[in-house]
Amino acid sequence: MSLATAADGAAPQQNWLDKIGAGHVILAVALLLYPLVASDFFLTQIAGYSMIFGVLSLSLMLLAGYGGMLSLAQITVAGIAAYAVAILGSNNSSVLGFGWPWWIVVPFAVAAAAVSSALIGWISVRTEGIYTLMITLAIATATFYFAQQNYAIFNGHSGYAGIHAPVFWGINWRDPKPFYYLCLGLAMLSYAAVLYGSRSTFGMTLQAIRDNPRRMRALGYHVTAHKVFAWFLAGILAGLAGVLLVWFNGRVSPGTIGVDVAIDILIIAVIGGLRHPIGPFVGAIVVILMQTFAIDIVGAERFNTLIGLAFLVIVFVSPDGILGLWGRIKPHLAQESLRAGP
Amino acid sequence: MSILDQPSSSSLSGGVTRRQAWGLVGLLAAAIVAWLVFAVWPQWLNAILISKKAFVSAILNGLTLAGLYFLVASGFTLIFGLMRNINLAHGSLYLLGAYIGYEVTSRTGYWLLGVAAGFAVLAIIGVVMQVFVFRRLEGDDLRQTLVTIGISIVAADLMLAVWAGGTYQIATPEWLDGALTLPIITAVRSNGASVFLTYPLYRVVVLAAAIVIGVGLWLMLNKTRVGMMIRAGVDDRAMLSASGVNVHAVFAIVFAVGAGLAGFAGVVGGSALSVAPGEDVRYLLASLVVVIVGGMGSITGAAIGALLIGLAEQIGLVYFPTYGVVLTFVIMVVTLAVRPQGIMGKAR
Repeated sequence: MSLATAADGAAPQQNWLDKIGAGHVILAVALLLYPLVASDFFLTQIAGYSMIFGVLSLSLMLLAGYGGMLSLAQITVAGIAAYAVAILGSNNSSVLGFGWPWWIVVPFAVAAAAVSSALIGWISVRTEGIYTLMITLAIATATFYFAQQNYAIFNGHSGYAGIHAPVFWGINWRDPKPFYYLCLGLAMLSYAAVLYGSRSTFGMTLQAIRDNPRRMRALGYHVTAHKVFAWFLAGILAGLAGVLLVWFNGRVSPGTIGVDVAIDILIIAVIGGLRHPIGPFVGAIVVILMQTFAIDIVGAERFNTLIGLAFLVIVFVSPDGILGLWGRIKPHLAQESLRAGP
Repeated sequence: MSILDQPSSSSLSGGVTRRQAWGLVGLLAAAIVAWLVFAVWPQWLNAILISKKAFVSAILNGLTLAGLYFLVASGFTLIFGLMRNINLAHGSLYLLGAYIGYEVTSRTGYWLLGVAAGFAVLAIIGVVMQVFVFRRLEGDDLRQTLVTIGISIVAADLMLAVWAGGTYQIATPEWLDGALTLPIITAVRSNGASVFLTYPLYRVVVLAAAIVIGVGLWLMLNKTRVGMMIRAGVDDRAMLSASGVNVHAVFAIVFAVGAGLAGFAGVVGGSALSVAPGEDVRYLLASLVVVIVGGMGSITGAAIGALLIGLAEQIGLVYFPTYGVVLTFVIMVVTLAVRPQGIMGKAR
């Protein structure tokens, strides 16, 4: 298990640039200016999509990196939010669809995701380590089959279509530029929140529990409660990503929460690296680029083979993903890392 | 029953121990099931449970499916118990076995040859995987598991490339076709003649094969030297290695048997049901749930888990079609809540 480490608390006398880190500022400026140079395709299909999956994988990184709980159910949690948006909001599948306004739907959807994530967590924290992976995979698969079979709630195989992103302040938020900034805003917020959270008392306690649950229990900490709360927080992230995902696709079906997607999330997190919150985003960009352009390299059909092989190579070569590779190359380059590393 | 438990349990009620009470409950349940299966149903029962034919068929289908699940899950549980890695490519092994069985059967015309090929080829693949993949990542359970994910993705894609997305059915030989008339009366006609239940012979054979293999595995694990080593490895891998046993050889044997059984189940299942992409995930889920419910690394546990899940799935299919998966799920959650290590699992 790759271990994430929180940076030491910054010294009080640092100025704001040192505190945030020059790398973060450069990255943020670059991302804010990115729409000036990028085409609509690169804005939504690549950047926006990568950020949605980055946030999804970030919720996994939060659990796995800080809590030591490897989950395959993150897409299930996001799917619950997506289905909630379709059911509470409006869709054109003539099943359910309460037609509530978006500012009521979104909090409800995210809350539903967070609560179900906490429930999944409560079930799976009864076991440890590799067992968690197994149980969450079983939960994800069972949910997929349930969504496929059930017509009363999930509208079966076809799912829901015709879900629109909200239009307010005179902006249609599904247009490329607004949607990009929406995704960027969520990605930055969640990244900052996870980074801040990892240095908070709760984050420290969670990491201590990951390292030695028995000792923490002996010290009087409620181990299960901390873990379940981590699941709840991860559920909020995954739920937000799920809302963006359903706005992006305009539809949600059992295929959205399939086992292959669940495994994609894990691949993204592992390829990127579970040591630092930036890892999932790096992994998401790599995997999304690969998924988009592998078709040009190996033909339309066999790109899953390429992704699988790339994943195998990464797992074999570097257990910590691209961040781990970077960590090994960095000393040879003898220069400062762009980001303020942990 | 330990000595410490005696006073509390005997003081419960009139000297009946807890074990005796459970035995009585079990006997009662068995009697009810036997009555449900063999008696001619009164009208009110037909009204509740649709019809006797539907009920008994669901039970029989559940038993057959349980046999299939047991074949797949027993290999999964052995590999898991011994090597502590989850072989997420286990579903792919099942599907590959089914495709190989289909190819061999349709080319040679001998179904038994297809079954043998399914077992043998997958057993060899299992050993190859163990030697070339898992041995390199010795002691890193998480990476071993991640590698199996990569293998399952590549395998699923390559199988799609070779066999495309169509559905295949492996042809069973003539001597396995036909139906068996079981001594179970489903209804009595108005002229007094009894209608007996007929059931496909092949499915009965699948169930019988699963039972024979289950007993065989149990005997191998409990009565042979290799089985002793495997059981020792499940309990304490390091100690087994320290006492001079070639652990790698034991791992290779377990992987061969586990993967071979998955391939065997693929051919047998592909003849009873069908072979299509996506079956790998279905049987992976089945193995996962069976092993979670039954307990990791226990053959008896796999049998119990398979029985529960197979019956739940088929009964769910008949009585609440769109909520069938929920029943499976509830069984898993209840097991985890009451006994996190599974029904036959040992607490670690």
